[in-house]
Amino acid sequence: MDKSTLKYIGKRLLISVVTLLVIILVLFAMLKMMPGSPFNPEKLSPDMIAQLQAKYGLDKPVLEQFVTYLKGMLTGDFGISLSIAKNIPVMDLVGPRIGISFGIGIAAALFGALIGVVLGVTAALKRNTIWDSLSTIIAVIGVSIPSFVFALLLLLVFGLKIKIFPILFNINDPIRSSILPTIALSVGAIANVARFTRSEMIEVMKSDYILLAEAKGLDRGTLIRKHALRNTLVPVITVLAPIIINLMTGSMVIEQICSIPGLGSLLVRGIQANDYYVVMAVAFLYSLLYVVMMLVVDVLYGIIDPRIRVGKGD
Amino acid sequence: MERERILKIRDLRISFKTDAGTVQAIRGVDFDLYQGETIAIVGESGSGKSVTTKAIMGILASNGQIDSGSIEYVWHDENTGERQERDIVKMSKDDIQKIIRGRKIAMVFQDPMTSLNPTMTIGKQIMEPMMYHYGKTKEEAYARAIELLQEVGITDAQKRMKNYPHQLSGGMRQRVVIAIALSCDPYVLICDEPTTALDVTIQAKILELIKELQVKKNISVIYITHDLGVVAKVADYVNVMYAGKIVEKGTIDDIFYDPRHPYTWGLLSSMPDLDTDDDELYTIPGSPPNLAHEVTGDAFAPRNQFALNIDLRVDPPMFDVPGSDSHQVASWLMHEKAPKVDMPESLKKRILKMKKEGLKNE
Repeated sequence: MDKSTLKYIGKRLLISVVTLLVIILVLFAMLKMMPGSPFNPEKLSPDMIAQLQAKYGLDKPVLEQFVTYLKGMLTGDFGISLSIAKNIPVMDLVGPRIGISFGIGIAAALFGALIGVVLGVTAALKRNTIWDSLSTIIAVIGVSIPSFVFALLLLLVFGLKIKIFPILFNINDPIRSSILPTIALSVGAIANVARFTRSEMIEVMKSDYILLAEAKGLDRGTLIRKHALRNTLVPVITVLAPIIINLMTGSMVIEQICSIPGLGSLLVRGIQANDYYVVMAVAFLYSLLYVVMMLVVDVLYGIIDPRIRVGKGD
Repeated sequence: MERERILKIRDLRISFKTDAGTVQAIRGVDFDLYQGETIAIVGESGSGKSVTTKAIMGILASNGQIDSGSIEYVWHDENTGERQERDIVKMSKDDIQKIIRGRKIAMVFQDPMTSLNPTMTIGKQIMEPMMYHYGKTKEEAYARAIELLQEVGITDAQKRMKNYPHQLSGGMRQRVVIAIALSCDPYVLICDEPTTALDVTIQAKILELIKELQVKKNISVIYITHDLGVVAKVADYVNVMYAGKIVEKGTIDDIFYDPRHPYTWGLLSSMPDLDTDDDELYTIPGSPPNLAHEVTGDAFAPRNQFALNIDLRVDPPMFDVPGSDSHQVASWLMHEKAPKVDMPESLKKRILKMKKEGLKNE
C-alpha cells in the first residue's frame, strides 16, 4: 500500500469515528424521548419507581446521563439490563448473540453474492438465451417475495416434509440449524446482485477496452477473466455493502420464525420492554457494523479501481 | 520492386439481423492491400467502413454475418518463412483468434480515453498479447514493452509501465494503444479514426508517428476516416464508400485532383475551407439510404442531382477511368453513352487551388 492509500484510509477512519459519535447522541436522545419506562407502573408504586430510577441514575439530567454512558462505553461498559434480564450486564446478553446473528448474516451475504454474481455473469454472457431468462426469473422472484416466506417454505419442505434440517434452532448443532435461515435470508441478495451484475457486465462487454482486448486476439475466457470481470465487480461491490449489512442486521423476522437466539430478537424484546441500555447496545453495534462495512468497501473499491485511489484533487 | 499483396478482399457482403429486419451493411466490397502501403476508406457514418474492418479483424458483432465473398491473408511463417494463404471467411472463429487477430493484424481505435482497460496498468496491457501469443516470459515481455513505449515516443517508459490509463493524457494513451497494436509485430494495422478524439495539436503528431512506424516496420495501414484532411496527409490509395459499396477508388491524386463520382464531389465540396468566399459550408442534401430495405439501382441516386434515369433502376458497375490503371468509379456517368457532366464550378476552383498549393509544398 502506498502513501496515498494510507492517507485515504486515515481520512475515512476519522470520518467514521465522528459519524459514530453523532449516531450515539441521536440514539440516546431518541431513547430518552420515548414514552414509558423500563419499570412496570402497574406492579410498582410511584415511590418504588422513583427509588429504582435513582438507583440506576435515571433521575439525573439527560445530558449528565449521556456523559456517564459515553464514559462507560469507552471503557467497554455498556450498562446493565433494566427490565428483560435484571441487573445482568448488557454485554453478557449481547455477546453470545453476536456470533449467531453475524454468522448467519455473513454466510447469507457470501452465498448470495457468489450465486448472484454467477447468475448475473451467466445471464450477461448468454444474453437472450434460456439461461438469461432463467436468471431473470430467479431475480424477479427473489426481489418480489419477502425472505420470511421463503423461510417458511424451506422449513415446510426441508424441516417438516423431508426432515433433513431442524425446524427450530438447535444451539448444540448451530451449523445445520443455520443452513435453512441462511438460504432464506440470501434470496433477496441473490436477486439484487444478479440483476445488477447482469446489467453491469453487459455494459462492460460493450466497452471499447473489451473490443481492444478482443482485437489483441485473446480467447473469450481470458477476455472475461482478465478484462471484463474486474471492471464488472467494481460497481457490484458498492451494492454488496448495504446488502451485507442488511443481512447481518435485518434478520429479525427470520430470527423470530426460526427461533434463532440472535441480536434481532433481543432488540425487539428490548424495545418492547423499554430496556434502554440493551437497545442502545444493539443499535450501536449495528451502526458500528455499518460504518466499518462502508469503510471496508471504500478501501476495497480503491484497491480494485485505481481511479478512485488517486483522486485528481488529492 | 514488386510489392507483395498481403490482403485481398473480393465481393464481400455482410448483413446484420436486427429487429427492423436484415440490414445489408456491406454490399460487395473489393480491395487489395499491398505491403507497406496505406489505404484509406472514406465515407460518412453508416457507410460500412467500420463493419468492413471489423470483418477483416474477425470481430463482427454476433448478429452480423458474412453472406459471401472472401478475405484472403498472405503471410510468411515467422519460423520457416513458408508462404501461407488463408481465407478468413472460411476459417473457424478460434483459428482467426489464434492465428490472425493481434498477430497478423492489429487495430488502433477511435477513442483512447475509453479503449484502455481502466483497472490494468498500461505495462500489463502491452505485455499481455506478447505473452499470450508468443509465450514470452514476463522479463522478455517487459523489456520489449519498454522498447515499444520508447518507439511510440513515451519518455520515462519505466515509470509509465506502472501507470494506469487515467494517469495519462489522451495523446499518450493513443501512443500506448499503438504500442499494444505493434506488440505482436503485425503486418497490417487498422486505424479507425485514430485522431478524431484528440486535440488538433496532437493529431498531426499521432499521424506522423504512425507513418514513421509504418516505414520503419514496413507494415500496411488501413485508415478508416471521414476526415479528408487526414486522408490527404497519410494515404497512398483511397476507397470512397457509400451505403456499403465502394463508389470510387484511386490514388490520392486521382481522388483529390480528378474526382469522378458525384458523391466524391460532394465530399470534397463539404470540406471546410478557410479561403472560400461562401458563407455556408456545403453539405450533401438528403441522408444515406436505410439498408434494411432493398436498394434498387444506385444507392446514391436519390441524393444525386446528376442522377440519370438508369441510376434508379440498375446499380452501376465499376468503370475504369480512361487513361488510368488505378482509378475506378461506380457511376453510370462514366458510361460511354452517358451525357457529359462536369463537376460543379466551385469544386473545380477549389481543386485548382489545392493543386497549386500541392505544387508549392513539394
